[in-house]
Amino acid sequence: MSEQEQMRERSLEEEFTKRIAQDEKIEPKDWMPQRYRQMNIRQISQHAHSEIVGMLPEGNWITRAPSLLRKVTLLAKVQDEAGHGLYLYSAAETLGISRDEMYEQMLCGKAKYSSIFNYPTLTWADIGAIGWLVDGAAIVNQVSLTHTSYGPYARAMVRICKEESFHQRQGYQIMYKMANGTPEQKAMAQDALNRWWWPSLMMFGPRDAESTHTDQSMAWKIKIKSNDTLRQMFVDQAVPQADILGLRIPDPHLRYNPETAHYEFGAIDWEEFWQVVKGHGICNKQRLADKNKAWKEGEWVRKAAVAYAEKQAKKRVRKAG
Amino acid sequence: MRTSQQKKQMPYPQDDGPVGLIYGLADSSLILAQRLSELTGHGPSLEVDMGLTNIALDLFGQVRLYYQYAAELLADGRTEDDLAFLRTEREFRSVLLAEQPNTDFAYTLTRQFLYDHFHFLMLKELQRSKDNTLAGIATKGIKEVAYHKVYTSDWIERLGDGTEESHRRVQKAVLDLWPYTQELFYKTEADKKMIEQGIGVDFERLKAPYYKAVTTVLKQARLKVPEVAYFQKGGKEGVHTEHMGHLLATMQYMQRTYPGMEW
Repeated sequence: MSEQEQMRERSLEEEFTKRIAQDEKIEPKDWMPQRYRQMNIRQISQHAHSEIVGMLPEGNWITRAPSLLRKVTLLAKVQDEAGHGLYLYSAAETLGISRDEMYEQMLCGKAKYSSIFNYPTLTWADIGAIGWLVDGAAIVNQVSLTHTSYGPYARAMVRICKEESFHQRQGYQIMYKMANGTPEQKAMAQDALNRWWWPSLMMFGPRDAESTHTDQSMAWKIKIKSNDTLRQMFVDQAVPQADILGLRIPDPHLRYNPETAHYEFGAIDWEEFWQVVKGHGICNKQRLADKNKAWKEGEWVRKAAVAYAEKQAKKRVRKAG
Repeated sequence: MRTSQQKKQMPYPQDDGPVGLIYGLADSSLILAQRLSELTGHGPSLEVDMGLTNIALDLFGQVRLYYQYAAELLADGRTEDDLAFLRTEREFRSVLLAEQPNTDFAYTLTRQFLYDHFHFLMLKELQRSKDNTLAGIATKGIKEVAYHKVYTSDWIERLGDGTEESHRRVQKAVLDLWPYTQELFYKTEADKKMIEQGIGVDFERLKAPYYKAVTTVLKQARLKVPEVAYFQKGGKEGVHTEHMGHLLATMQYMQRTYPGMEW
C-alpha cells in the first residue's frame, strides 16, 4: 500500500468509527474495515447455520407430534427457521460471500453453529423446553442485536425476533400443559428442564474474561451486550417462568439477591461447553452427517434445476432472435 | 383425561355413511402430509424444503377440518386427534400411493404430483356437494391445491427436462408409481351411497380429465407415459402395503404410549 493509500485508508477508518459512535447503520455499499466485514460474515453466517441445523432436533419430533394441532404448529415453526436461515444468508451475502460458500463451510465443520443443537431431543417435552429456553435465550441475544451496527443484520433481527417470540410462547405453552398434566407428563417436563437448563446458559458463550471476539466486536457495535450480561438477563427472566410452571431449575446455588435484584446461579460446566464446541457433543457428528447427506443427495436435484433454467433461457433467446 | 378411546370398537368397522366418505377424502392427505413432513430439514435445498413443508402444512390443515367434521358427525366423544392417532391400519381409507416411501426426491415429487392433480379435480367436484360443510372445506382447500399442482408440475418438468440423471430418476419414479394411480378413482360403499345422495364425488368421472392432465405435463417434461397392464388397489378398503404400519407406528407413538393424555 502506498503512503497515499494508507492515508486514505486511515481517514476512511476515522470516518467509519465516527459513524459507529453516532449509532449510524453501516450499509452494504459503505466503506468498512476488512475485519469488520469478516467479523460480520462470521457472526451472521453462524447465526444462519444455527437456524438451519436447529431444524434437525425439532424436526425429530414432527412425525411424532402428539396432536394434529401440535404437529402443524411445530412444522410451521421449523419452516420459519428455514426462512430465518435464508434471510440471514442473504444478509451475509451483502458482505460479498455466496450462500453456497457459507453453506459448505458449515457442512465441512469449519464454520460453527450454536452448540445447543448438538444435544438430543429425547421426549416431546424437549420440544417445549427448546421453545421456552433455547428460543428464549436466543431472543435475549437477538433483541440486543436489533441495535447492531450492520444495517441488513439489524433489520433481519427485527423480523426474526417477532417470529421467535411467537415460538417461545408456543414452547412455554407445551411446558405449561405438561406441567399441569398427569404426574408422568410433569415428570417429563421436569426432566426436559433438567437436561436443557445448563446448555441454554452455555448458549451465551464463554465468560466475558475468556471471550476472544468480544472487545473489537463491542467497539464496532457488532455485539451490543456482553455474554455475561445477556446470560444474567436470561436467568432473571427464566426463573420466575419456571416458578409459574411449578418446575424446579436444576441448580442448588440459584438464589435471588435483593441487593442486586438479580438471580445468582451456580457454576457452568465449561468443560462440557468446550467439548461440544470442539465437535465432541453427543449429536455433533450426527447433525453434520444429516446435513451432508441431504446436501449430497440433493445435488442432482439442484443440478437439474440449473440445467432446466439454462435450457429455458436459451429457448427465450432463440425466440427473441 | 379423555375416556373416549376406551370405547370398544368393531375390529375393522366399515362406515358406509358420511364419515366413511370423509375418511376416504381425508386419510390420503394425512398420510401424504406425514410422508412429506419426514423430509423437513432434509430437503435438497432450503427453498424446496420450505416448499414441500408448505404443502404438508396445507394438507394437515385440510385434514383437521375434515376430521373435526367427522368427529362432529360421530358425536361419540372422539376428536380429530382420535381419528388420526387411534385408528388402526385397517381402518385407514387412504390410497396406496400416499403411503409410498420417500425413496428419493423424484419419488416424493412424483407421488405428490400424481396426487395433486387428482386432489384438485376431486375438490372441484366436492365444492358442489349438497353437504355445505364439505363444500366449504373444498372451496377453502382448492385454492391451496391449485398451487400444489402448479408447484409439483413445474418440478416434474424441471426434472424431466433437466439433466440426464434427473430425467432417468423421475422417469423411474413415474413408472413405479403409475400403477397406484387407478385406485384414486376407486369407489367404496360409502362413496357410492354418498354419490346417490348428492354428497359424495363420483371419482370415476375424474378419470379421463386426470389422465389427460398428468399426461400433458409428462409429455411437456419429455417423459414417457407408462403403459401398464396391472394396477394396485386396496388402501381404500383398508388393505395397505407394508409401509403403512411403520408410518402409523411413528405417527401414533405418543397417543399409543401415553393413552388418554392431552398435550
